[in-house]
This record gives sequence, C-alpha cells and structure tokens, in this order.
Amino acid sequence: MNRYPVWKYAIILVALVVSGLYALPNLFGEAPAVQVSTAKSSVKVDAATLAKVEQALKSAGLTPDAVALDGASVKARFADTDTQLKAKDAVQKAINPDSADPSYIVALNLLSRSPAWLTSLRASPMYLGLDLRGGVHFMLQVDMQAALTKRAESLSGDIRTILREKNVRHSGIARNGQAIEIRFRGAATAQAAQRIIQDQFTDLDAVSAADGQDVKLVATIKQVSGKTIQDQALKQNITTLHNRINELGVAEPVIQQQGLDRIVVQLPGVQDTAKAKDILGRTATLEVRLVDEGSEARAAETGTGPVPFGSERYLDREGIPVIVKKQVILTGENLTDAQPGFDGQTQEPTVNLSLDAKGARIFRDVTRENINKRMAILLFEKGKGEVVTAPVIRAEIGGGRVQISGRMTTVEAADTALLLRAGSLAAPMEIIEERTIGPSLGAENIAKGFLSVTWGFVAVAIFMCGYYMLFGVISSLALAFNLLLLVAVLSMLQATLTLPGMAAMALVLGMAIDANVLINERVREELRNGASPQAAIHAGYDRAWATIIDSNVTTLIAGLALLAFGSGPVRGFAVVHCLGILTSMFSGVFFSRGLVNLWYGRQKKLKTVSIGTVWRPDSGTEVTTP
Amino acid sequence: MEFFKIRRDIPFMRNALVFNVISFVTFLAAVFFLFSRGLHLSVEFTGGTLMEVSYSQPADLNKIRSTVDGLGISDVQVQNFGTAQDVLIRMPVQKGTTSSQQSEKVLTALKAADASATMRRTEFVGPQVGDELAADGLKALAFVVVGIMIYLAIRFEWKFAVAAIIANLHDVIIILGFFAFFQWEFSLPVLAAVLAVLGYSVNESVVIFDRIRENFRRYRKMNTEQIIDNAITSTISRTIITHGSTQLMVLSMLIFGGATLHYFALALTIGILFGIYSSVFVAASISMWLGIQREDLVKGGPKKDLDPNDPNAGAAV
Repeated sequence: MNRYPVWKYAIILVALVVSGLYALPNLFGEAPAVQVSTAKSSVKVDAATLAKVEQALKSAGLTPDAVALDGASVKARFADTDTQLKAKDAVQKAINPDSADPSYIVALNLLSRSPAWLTSLRASPMYLGLDLRGGVHFMLQVDMQAALTKRAESLSGDIRTILREKNVRHSGIARNGQAIEIRFRGAATAQAAQRIIQDQFTDLDAVSAADGQDVKLVATIKQVSGKTIQDQALKQNITTLHNRINELGVAEPVIQQQGLDRIVVQLPGVQDTAKAKDILGRTATLEVRLVDEGSEARAAETGTGPVPFGSERYLDREGIPVIVKKQVILTGENLTDAQPGFDGQTQEPTVNLSLDAKGARIFRDVTRENINKRMAILLFEKGKGEVVTAPVIRAEIGGGRVQISGRMTTVEAADTALLLRAGSLAAPMEIIEERTIGPSLGAENIAKGFLSVTWGFVAVAIFMCGYYMLFGVISSLALAFNLLLLVAVLSMLQATLTLPGMAAMALVLGMAIDANVLINERVREELRNGASPQAAIHAGYDRAWATIIDSNVTTLIAGLALLAFGSGPVRGFAVVHCLGILTSMFSGVFFSRGLVNLWYGRQKKLKTVSIGTVWRPDSGTEVTTP
Repeated sequence: MEFFKIRRDIPFMRNALVFNVISFVTFLAAVFFLFSRGLHLSVEFTGGTLMEVSYSQPADLNKIRSTVDGLGISDVQVQNFGTAQDVLIRMPVQKGTTSSQQSEKVLTALKAADASATMRRTEFVGPQVGDELAADGLKALAFVVVGIMIYLAIRFEWKFAVAAIIANLHDVIIILGFFAFFQWEFSLPVLAAVLAVLGYSVNESVVIFDRIRENFRRYRKMNTEQIIDNAITSTISRTIITHGSTQLMVLSMLIFGGATLHYFALALTIGILFGIYSSVFVAASISMWLGIQREDLVKGGPKKDLDPNDPNAGAAV
C-alpha cells in the first residue's frame, strides 16, 4: 500500500544529487580575481588574449587558481589579494604596452571560489542583487518622441532629395512635430509626389489635404514603422551603453530593457556614482574627414617625414598610420543609420550608411570634388581617435545613402556597421532613478537575511520534531530539501537574489511546512478514527493532496500577479515566492512520502506509527506512540 | 504531544453574527483611518531623495533635523535606521536642484555639524516611477482577486469564491488600516507582503472549504451549520499549527531581519493573525449566509477528486 516503485526513488535521488551539485557553489564564497576586458570597441577579447594573460602570469611567476575566457572577458582567480594585486600589475604591463593608450582594461574583481569541475558543469552561485552586494543602479528613460522626431527630420531631407531628382516641383517642405508637410501648387504634382513617396518610403503614410489654394501632402510615420524605429533606438542605446560600461571594467553589469522605453543599468561593486554617470552620459563621436594624399603626407605615413601642417596622424584598426586632414566634413550627428549589406552587382559585403538631409548635401558636394581620393571615417572615444575605415571615393554620391565596399569580409562589414552605430545614442536618455548601496550594508543584509532564515528554520524544525516525532523529523528533512532545491534552482536560473527575495525564502519555508502539517494532522485523524497505521498513512497523504493543490494554486496565483505587475523589489520577492511554492509541492509531498514509504512501507504488520499523541475522545484515553 | 483535545464540534457558526459585526466594525475603522490619515508612503511611491548617513556616535536626531531644516528644505523626515548611529533622511523633490546636489548639500551641512557623518547610501526616485508602482500594485491586486475567484469558482462554487475574496480583502484592508493608523511606512516590500497575505489568507479559507465539501459528501444527516462547525473544528489544529510555524519564521525575520525587513515582517504578522480569524469567522460564515448547501457541491454523485495517474498520490493497491 505504501510503496514507491523504484523509478520514483530514482527521481528523488537524481533530484537530490542535481540540486546538491548546483547548490554547492554557494558554499565556496568568493576569491579575488583579475578581469581583463576590452577598452576599445575595436579590440576583441578571445582565445589569443587568454593565452597572452596566461603567458604574462607565467613569466611573472604567479600561479592562478583558474584562468578562463568568460564571455567578453578573461578572468583569472587567485588565492589571496596579495597575488591578485601582483597579477594585476603583471598583466597590465604585458597586455598594454602603451600605457597612455590601453587596449584592454585590467580590473580587480571577485569570483566564486568553486572548483573548476563545478564551473565546467555551469554550476555557479546565486546571483546576488545590488542590495546584497552593493553597487549602483540607474534607470534611464529613453526619449522616444525625440527618436521619432529625429527620424522624421532625416526623412524630410530624403523626400526633398528624391523630389528634386524626379523633377517634382514643390513649394516647401517643413517638419511639423513628427509629420512632414509638403506644399504643392497643383493637385497633379501632389499626386505624382504622393506616388513617389509611397514607392520610395515604405515607412511613411502620405495623405493629401487642401490648404487654401495649394495642395498639402502630410506624411506621417506608419505605426508599425514607428514601433520598429523605437525598438531600434532602444537597442542602439543599449549597445552604446554596453560599450561605455565596458570602459568601467565592471564585473557583471546588468543592462536590460525594462518596458518599452526604459533601460536599467546595474553595476555591482561600483561605488563611484559620479564616474559611472559620467561614462553613461559620454558620447563617442564619429567624424568623416578627407585623407591627406600629398607627397609630404605619404612620407609621414611611412614614417620618413613629419606630419604636414593642417593634417593629423591616426592609426587604423590594423595599426597602420593614416594621415587625415584636420577639417571635419561630417560628424556622427549627420549619420542616421549604418547597416551591413551586400553590393547588388559584385556581391561584395558592404556597409550602408544613411545620412540626414544636411549630411547628404555636404557629402554629395565633397564626393563630387574628390573622386578617386580617400576619405576616412574616424571614431573618437575617450578623446582618442581611430580610423574605422578609409575607402576610396569612386563616384559622386547623392541622396544620403552611402555604400562602403571593397576588401571586406562579412564579419568586418558587420563589425564596422556596429562601430558606426554604437558611436552615438539613437535618442537622448535621462536618468530617472539612481541608487547607491554600500558594500558594508550589502554584507549586513546578507547576514541578516541568512540569520532570519536559519533561526526560523531551526525553530520550525524543533517544533515539528517535538510535536510529530518521526513524522516531524521527516517533515523537517523535507523542509531542508525544499531549501536545497530552492537554492539550487535559483543558482541554476541565475535569477537575482535580493533582500526581499531572502524574505520570500523565509516566508516560503514557513508556508511549505503547511503541506506537512496537513498530512500529519490527517494521518492522526485517520488513526483517531480507528484506521490501521498503513491505511492511515495512505489516506492521510491521499486526502491531504487535494487540499494542498488547491491552497498552493491560489498562493501561486498571487505570486504570479506579483511577478507580472511588480517591479524591482516586488519582483525579486515574487520570483523566489513562486519557485518556492513549486519546490515545496515536490519536497513536501513527493519526497516526504518517499521517506515515509521507505521507513514504514515494507513492514507488513505495522502496529504503531511514530506521529506523536493520537488522542481519542470516545475512550478518553491517549494512545501514545513511541 | 497533542494540543487540541476537542470532544465535541465547537459551535462557531452560532456566534457568527456577533463576530461578523465585530469584523465589519474593524473593517469600517480600517477604511476610516485609510481615508482620514492616509498611508505614509515611502519615497518609492512619492518620489524624492533618501539619504542614509552613519555616525560614529549615537546620532542626535533633533540636531540633524534642525541642520537640514536650516538649509531651507521643508517636510524633511529624519529617523534612526536600524541602529542609533545610522540615520535615514528623507526629502521631497526640490525644484531647481537635482537629487545629488540636494544630498551633497545636506551632507556638507551635516559634516560641518559633526565630522564623523558619512554617507552610506543615497537613493533618488522620480515621482513618475512612483505613480507607475502604485498603478502596478493595483493591477496586481485586481489580477489576484479575479484569478483566485475564477479558480475557486471552478474548483468549488461561486459562493465560496465570493466568501473567500471578501475574507481576503478584509485582511488586506485591515493591514492597510494598521499602517494608516500607526503611520508606519508603506514601502514596496510592504506591498509585496500585503499581496503575499492575499495568497496566504485564501490558502487558509481553501483548507476549510475543502473540508466542508468533504463533509457534505460524508455526513448526509448534518445541516449546513453543523457541517461547517465540524469542518472548522477538525481542521483547527492544522490551522493553528501551520500559522504558528509561519509565524515563527516571520518572527525570526522581525527579530533578525533588521530595519529593512521590519515593516515587511510586521505586515505579515498582522496578516497571519487576521488570516486565522477571517477564514473561520468571515469566509465560512459568509458562505453560510450566501446559503451554501449540499446540492452546490455534490452534483451528480461524489466527484472523484483524485487523479489515478497522479504521481504523488502513492501506489494504489
């Protein structure tokens, strides 16, 4: 009656082992580490960087506990802070030969001390939130209206160019908010223009309206396109933020979209709010200049002469010097988009740039006058410039659509496009929420949360064991298993654990015991009504199950509501709350029954059950079980 | 050990009316305080600047208050935070200055008064975030109410669903009433606690409803009142032990959790206490007033509750 088939025990055993493994990294604590990440958007951290770091440590006579390539950074773990500091200096010296222009950021960091075999299983400790670890938190609001206005502005320039090309005469183009208004003298020209706009600009909806004697065309951005524009603006801003935050050398920055127009940036471990704000707000600038192709400049390029007056020397991505004129033709402000693509005729990878109206006009004039000369696109970050690409001008380029091609791989084209895009923000952002949490407060919070969970658990376990005897011990074991499962699941999901999350953990443990109380009380009741011990256990678990399901589902509904509508601390609470309810159903019913079955199920003639006092009202006597 | 040696069913429902009147009065009082005093909302909802300043000596709150007042910032709250050395200063949004300018100005003034003052944390929350939080909180509340009602109406009966929700909201309003009366700070964690109480308290009612349903099937001769009395009596030990265990956990949070979790744990404590009461005297009696009967729950013979394929039901013989 009370026997589990082998496969059920197998499930329990597997769950125990797996959750034990994944909860384990939390016990090891953190070790000092050195983190190497890229300082420039054009430098990548890869296996070669890993080898360089290893080599540098070896030659300095330092032995790290572990070195690994983790995403976009190399992390090396050390036994103590002393070695960590020495290692930082050694790596810094080896990897950044020019200290004035570092290609990599070498930063101090803390890493989990868990052994390599655990890390290779992707088992890592729970991800602690800012309130437990300390750091800064920003919420940025992206001005979507500005993004749309910017787009409308560039589109109005494009319309002007197209209409001129097609010889459609208009009497003025103006941008009114996000709508573009074009005036025409006659209805025929207006209709022609409307057709052109519908053909060439799929993003726009053009409607004609009478305006005194003239005909007015009002072009607005379609709702679908507007959404795409906003999406892209947000993505571009996130990319730009990523690039900027990399400069800070923060261990695990969280940069994520929240809602339709917000970005949350969390920098654990950073204490300097001013520095962080400065970097978030800084814009990398893009400049287009002509390459100086005079004989003096050529001499300077090969290093045999000085840089001529009115020119400057920059390095391109391969480190080859390029002499460019000081005069700036265009800046990133005039660039509206950059996308990788393919040339229709040669099938070569290309980078396609879109310029706004002003940019397009200047670009046409410059390209007309400088055919067969080279033009350099420079990216300035932290006040230092670098040549992204320096193509040869083949023909006059009008219309604001620029195609850069030639000797590029697809990857290079994509990288270049990203660099050009990442240089600037798509829409202005404003910091609407900012928090700084000190590391000491974080440590205090962990200690407090940990204490409340521990003491709460101990108190409940003592009571359960005293009141329900062996069944209480089993309930307490189930509760401990629940805690283990919860920690393991949180570690696996890498959901952020916050202080309200720890509170939820304590609350969930309190509520999880409900399932076992229900079962134990039910078993007692069955015994009281005269059922045989085996039948009482069976009926107790069976009957309590329906109640447990109902009460847990209703609690889960509340948890899901918090998850869906909550933000910040409420969500942190809800994640743990919901997960805890799910794990408690497994541990409180399935696991505890497994233990009971193991203990009592095999005994054919079971006379007594150790579940504390079963008091019978009719006889007035107490049946005390051992 | 056995705490509950009850010989006969306790006639809970005989006195239901009295308790319902008491409930109703408490409820009205809570609503009254909510409207007359209002909730003392934290800066998360109202927007503003929050500074935590730490001193090497126990801080003199009055001195700090007058220092900050002297800067021309009105409606400032100064209070101890956790220990005597740590002080929490809360300031409303000031036009013309940013949050960091404001907190720096205050810190400079505090440092001039006592050199040991060090900033431990500053928070700025824009009011637009606050509005949204309140709206999201209400949405969550609505979702919980509708979700639970639908679930209970399907699993049980609409009368139970209505009764459970009234009992539930009764608890929530009373917690809010406490926060309004004592002017305790209502922060986001407290909101989370209130919503957790919603789930927790309905949990309570469901256990009793479940037993009522079972009793209707088992005891064909009892009337509704006796059935409800029996259901409450036979689950009372479980109710009290479960609440006791949960309360032990919450108590440990209240003692060890520190200032950050203080009001969270307090809200839960009130929720747990009223949770017991409301599931017995509010949920059960309202379902009785709504006229719950055997026919509502035992349609077309006894329904099979247990799924034969349920892996957790144990081996059947």
